[in-house]
Amino acid sequence: MANQTQDLIIDAQGLQTYYGDSHILHGISFSIARGETLSLMGRNGMGKTTLLRSLLGLTPPREGTVKIYGRDMTGAPTHKIVRQGIAFVPEDRGIFPNLTVKENLVMTSRPGPDGRKDWDLKRVLDTFPRLAQRMNHMGNHLSGGEQQMLTVGRALMTNPELLILDEATEGLAPLIRKEIWSVVREIKASGIAAVIVDKDLKALLELADRNIIISKGQIVYEGSSADLAANPEIHTRHLGV
Amino acid sequence: MELSFYLVQLLNAVQYGFLLFLVASGLTLRFGIMGIINLAHGSFYMVGAYLAYWLTDLTGSFWLAILLGLPIALGVGYLVERFAISFLYQRDHLYQVLLTFALILVFNELQQILWGTDVHGVVIPEILAGSIPLTDNQSYPVYRLFISAACIAIACGMYWVIQKTRLGMMIRAGASNREMVQALGIDVNRLFAFVFSLGVALAAFAGMLAAPVDSVYPGMGENVLIISFVVVVIGGTGSIKGTFVGAMLIGLVSTFGKVLLPEMASIMVYALMAIILLWRPHGLFGRAV
Repeated sequence: MANQTQDLIIDAQGLQTYYGDSHILHGISFSIARGETLSLMGRNGMGKTTLLRSLLGLTPPREGTVKIYGRDMTGAPTHKIVRQGIAFVPEDRGIFPNLTVKENLVMTSRPGPDGRKDWDLKRVLDTFPRLAQRMNHMGNHLSGGEQQMLTVGRALMTNPELLILDEATEGLAPLIRKEIWSVVREIKASGIAAVIVDKDLKALLELADRNIIISKGQIVYEGSSADLAANPEIHTRHLGV
Repeated sequence: MELSFYLVQLLNAVQYGFLLFLVASGLTLRFGIMGIINLAHGSFYMVGAYLAYWLTDLTGSFWLAILLGLPIALGVGYLVERFAISFLYQRDHLYQVLLTFALILVFNELQQILWGTDVHGVVIPEILAGSIPLTDNQSYPVYRLFISAACIAIACGMYWVIQKTRLGMMIRAGASNREMVQALGIDVNRLFAFVFSLGVALAAFAGMLAAPVDSVYPGMGENVLIISFVVVVIGGTGSIKGTFVGAMLIGLVSTFGKVLLPEMASIMVYALMAIILLWRPHGLFGRAV
C-alpha cells in the first residue's frame, strides 16, 4: 500500500454525510492508491453508494475532507472532481435513453488527465463486440447486459486513472457477468485503479488488493483478500453470506 | 380570389411560422432541457426589435444593427441567467414564473425609459426592399423571403448542432439525466448558461428580423410570448420537431384565419390548441412526463 499522498488518488478523512435529516455516513475515512483494486462490500442500505457519492461530490459530505491527488476538493463540483481522472459507473447505469449507443460513448470521450489515450472507440468496441452491432440503437433499446457494457465502455472512453463500479454485475445473466468480470480483470491488468461494489464475494476476493466492509455508515473491516478469505465469520456477520 | 392571392398568404403563413419557430424553440429548449419556465422570453424578442430600431437609427445600417445588437442581447441574456434565473433551477416552477414575470415588468419599464412609448418602424434595407411580381397585380416582398431563408438557415444550424455535435449530445443528455452528465465531467451550469443564452439570441434575432415588417412598439414581447407558448404546447414541450410543426400550424391557421374567417381569427389558434390537446394531451411530439 502506498503511503505518499501524491500516490493516493482519493484520500478522504472523517466523512459525515446526510440525506436530509438522516445521517448516513458516520466518520468514514477512505483512500485508494494508483493502480490499486479495492472492493467495497456491505449489506444493502449500509452506505456504500452514499460513500461513492460523497467522494464524487454528488452528495457532498457535511463534515470531513476529500483530497484528490493530495489536493483538497471537498465541496468541489462533481465535474471538477471526475476530471482528475475518475470514471463512475453508477448502480442505475445512467445510460442516456435519448442518445444512440455511439453518442453515449463519444459524448465525453477524452484523453486522460495525463494525456493518455489508451481507450478509444475501437478498443471499447473490440472489448464489447455486442455494442458494435448496436451503434445506432437508442440507449433505452438495449438489454440490461448491453446497457452495462455501454456504461463501462463510456467510462473507459474518458481514459480514467480510477474506475468506480457500483453493482456492475447485479441482475445480469451469468454469461454476461463473466464477460463483465473479465473486462474488469483486463482493466486491473492495465494498471487502472478500481473501486468495486459487488455482491460476488468470490470474484472480489480474486481481484481485490484490499477489501473494505461498511456497516451502518462505518468501516467495520479492512484487509487483504487472503485475510478476508481466511475469516469466514466476517462474511456471515457483515455480508450475510 | 385567384391562386396567386393564396400563394401570397401561404408564403406569409410560412414566414410567420418560421419566425414563431425561432422564438418558441428557445422557449422549448430551455423548458425541456433545463426545466425552466421563462415568461421573460418575449421580452428578449422585444429587446431584439428595439435594438434593431435603435442601432439602425444610430449606425444607418440594419446589418450593422444586427451585428452589434446580437452580442448586446446575448450579454443581457447572460446577465439575466447568471444573476437571476440560475438561482432558481432547483426551485418549483412557480418561483420561476414569479421571477420571470417580474423581469417582464422590468424590461418594459426600461424600454419606456430608454425609448419611450411611441411606435417605431425600421426601414427595410435597400438591397432587400424590392418585390417579386407574381401576377399583374400581385407581388411578394423580397424581405419576407429573406426572413424565411434566414430562419431556415438557423433551423438547419440548430439541427446540426443538436443532432451532430458533442455539444448537442450533452444538451440532449442533460435533458434526460443531469447528474450523470456531471458525473462524466461536464460543467452542467456552463452548459445551461449556454442553452439559455442561445434561447435569448434566437428570440432577439427573431425580433430583429421582424422589426422591418412589423412595427416596434411597447408590449410587443407579450403578444409573441403568448403565441409562442401556444406553439410549445401544441408541439409538445421539449421537442424541437414539435415546435417546428406547431409553429407552422399556427402560422397557417392564424394567417388563413384572418383571410377566410376574419370574425373568428382571434380565437382560431386557441381552438386549434384545444383540439390538439384533447387529441394528444402532451402535444403532438411531447412525451408523457
